[in-house]
Amino acid sequence: MDPYLYRVLIIDLSKLSYRIEERKEYFQKYLGGVGTGIHLLKEFLNPKVDPNHPDNPIIFSIGALTGKFPMVSKMVSLFKSPHNGLLGESHAGGRSAIALWQAGYGAIVIKGASLIPLYITIDGSKVNFRDARALWGIADTATVGRLIREREGQSGFRTILRIGKAGEKGISYANVTTETYRHFGRLGLGAVFGSKKLKGLVISGKRTVLPKDKKEYLKLYDEIYEQCTSFPTKKYHELGTSENILPLNALRALPTKNLKATTFEKAEILSGENLAINFLGRRIACSHCPVGCIHLAILRERYPDDPYFFKTNFVSYDYEPIYSLGTLLGIEKVEDFLKLMITVEKYGIDAITTGVVLAWITEAFLKGLISKNEIDGLSPSFGDAQTYLKMIERMIESSSEFYLRMGHGVEALVEKYGGKEFALSYFGNEISGYHTGPGAHLTHITGARHSHLDSAGYSIDQKFLKEGKLPTPKEMAQKLFEEEALRQVLTSLVICLFARNVYTLERIERCLHAFGWNYSEKELLELGKNILIEKNNLKREMGFEIEKVSIPKRVLETPSPFGPLDESYLKETIQFYRKLLTPI
Amino acid sequence: MIKRLEILDSERCVGCQSCMFACTRREGKASLEGSRIRVRSIGGMERGFIVIVCRACKDPSCMYVCPVSALEKREVGGVNLHKEKCIGCGKCLEACPISAISMDEEEGKPLICLYCGYCKNYCAYDVLEIEKI
Repeated sequence: MDPYLYRVLIIDLSKLSYRIEERKEYFQKYLGGVGTGIHLLKEFLNPKVDPNHPDNPIIFSIGALTGKFPMVSKMVSLFKSPHNGLLGESHAGGRSAIALWQAGYGAIVIKGASLIPLYITIDGSKVNFRDARALWGIADTATVGRLIREREGQSGFRTILRIGKAGEKGISYANVTTETYRHFGRLGLGAVFGSKKLKGLVISGKRTVLPKDKKEYLKLYDEIYEQCTSFPTKKYHELGTSENILPLNALRALPTKNLKATTFEKAEILSGENLAINFLGRRIACSHCPVGCIHLAILRERYPDDPYFFKTNFVSYDYEPIYSLGTLLGIEKVEDFLKLMITVEKYGIDAITTGVVLAWITEAFLKGLISKNEIDGLSPSFGDAQTYLKMIERMIESSSEFYLRMGHGVEALVEKYGGKEFALSYFGNEISGYHTGPGAHLTHITGARHSHLDSAGYSIDQKFLKEGKLPTPKEMAQKLFEEEALRQVLTSLVICLFARNVYTLERIERCLHAFGWNYSEKELLELGKNILIEKNNLKREMGFEIEKVSIPKRVLETPSPFGPLDESYLKETIQFYRKLLTPI
Repeated sequence: MIKRLEILDSERCVGCQSCMFACTRREGKASLEGSRIRVRSIGGMERGFIVIVCRACKDPSCMYVCPVSALEKREVGGVNLHKEKCIGCGKCLEACPISAISMDEEEGKPLICLYCGYCKNYCAYDVLEIEKI
């Protein structure tokens, strides 16, 4: 067991105070991460609260295996999402998980709001509130990180979480950035930081844990390490997730130009292969992950005022941003994609949502739903990165009602301008890059955070495509539910989902045992289901009703590899899924 | 016999710190703290990492400053620490020109590479090599 794991650091920004409490039961029963986090969230959150209110708490948590095995490298955040008003859940790696573990806590709760901008430092049991008034207004997340690093001294192992201007301005899909290239993305944790006047969070510490049985630990570690560094996990190091561009394009499942098409004539140019050969500058890793999946591209830019003055940008890329800021916008040059990527990284906004929002705007503009006047005299068109860059800048400045709405996602725009039939989102969260079949969309609809990662329906689609037929709605619902339940176990521990094939339940059972936890495979699976059900119960208290799902016409009209999607199949599957969440 | 650990090419380092975890695991711990090899970014991860470990000097600076002769020169270079003699004064830390020695805060004794080569097994990117006699 790991007694430090039970410790929860509770920080109150309204009172500038903190205390350390134990939540042994939450950790022993739920293993940490999302499992424990959801119970902390229930304890500290009134589900009806406005997400921007000081009473919306932020929970960070790690799990029973953090620091002990490779690829157990992620920290979980939970909050009420300012983007869709539902459960905010986002995971990130970098140094965050190991830093929190070394600091000697299983979780942090941040509640209240400060009167002046500040950042928090946590070094073991020392917690400091630092004046961040001079940091407020600094737009670039990288600069904020550098300044905090400089002030806090150079040495030692730590994580620096921070927001850019998007979080300060309350863009509802603002990220919290950690170690420059990783993010707590999607559902707006950055905006929650901003609403609390919290510019950053620095975590460090020096704690050590001893295994119950050293011999068993070393043996098991080697077995897992070997799996992490060989095929198939190794492929995340090679081309990384961007290796999927060409296969999905060939499958006719790559959303292009606001999903009017599923193949892109320039897919070759935006492919992982082309990016690696011509732009890849370095690959780096999260702490305690030998895979090193973080791909950094280099973009050399000339300053307009001096022909020999250059700036060398590094920026991370993955499949999803290539889809959202590339193919979905009809971007034809890698340089243009990278410029868009650099801009979203700078301000700290979610790349997927930004791309989906820009794609909707382009189509709405072309259809005449919004006028040139309303968007400040700009004329967006697919492939025009320069205009997209300008629009992002104006959104950050919230320069008009249109741009204010743009900062709240595609559904906020639809509310005023119409165009629902081609707005690619479910329950307020913009979709990821897979038009593989019904599974991909059902994951977005049924998943607890409406993310492709919830139950990876795109993967279920591809499996059944090989078999040449779809499962029945009941079977599909069962598969989605089981996958999402299993993922609750991984994200409670908190294992990177790229290691989902390494950490089988049988291995997890042995890993836990090496540190004194007795959990059978069956109990783990049961736990996963319970966590999933609890999450959905909490969402219902927030006002979530799956019955109110609205499927964009565009999704049904543009053929998937299975042909056009059948709405009744989707709805029937949703009904079965709903029943699985309500045990008799 | 292992002479020393060689840093072949730190440009290949991805910064995963698996070597650091290996160093403490070998002693039955799970931690970054207490590692005798250190990896950190050189100011922004995009610029890469620096890997710091004892170079096993033929003429070790650390040995000369030890007031109680707790550091004994190895024939092939580097030093062996005689913990029973060490008073934890930290002079060796200051003397090492590459800061390859750190202090075990729990024990109050310096942490110096043991030249066991265990960490090398956990570097997936050929940053580390073992130089043998």
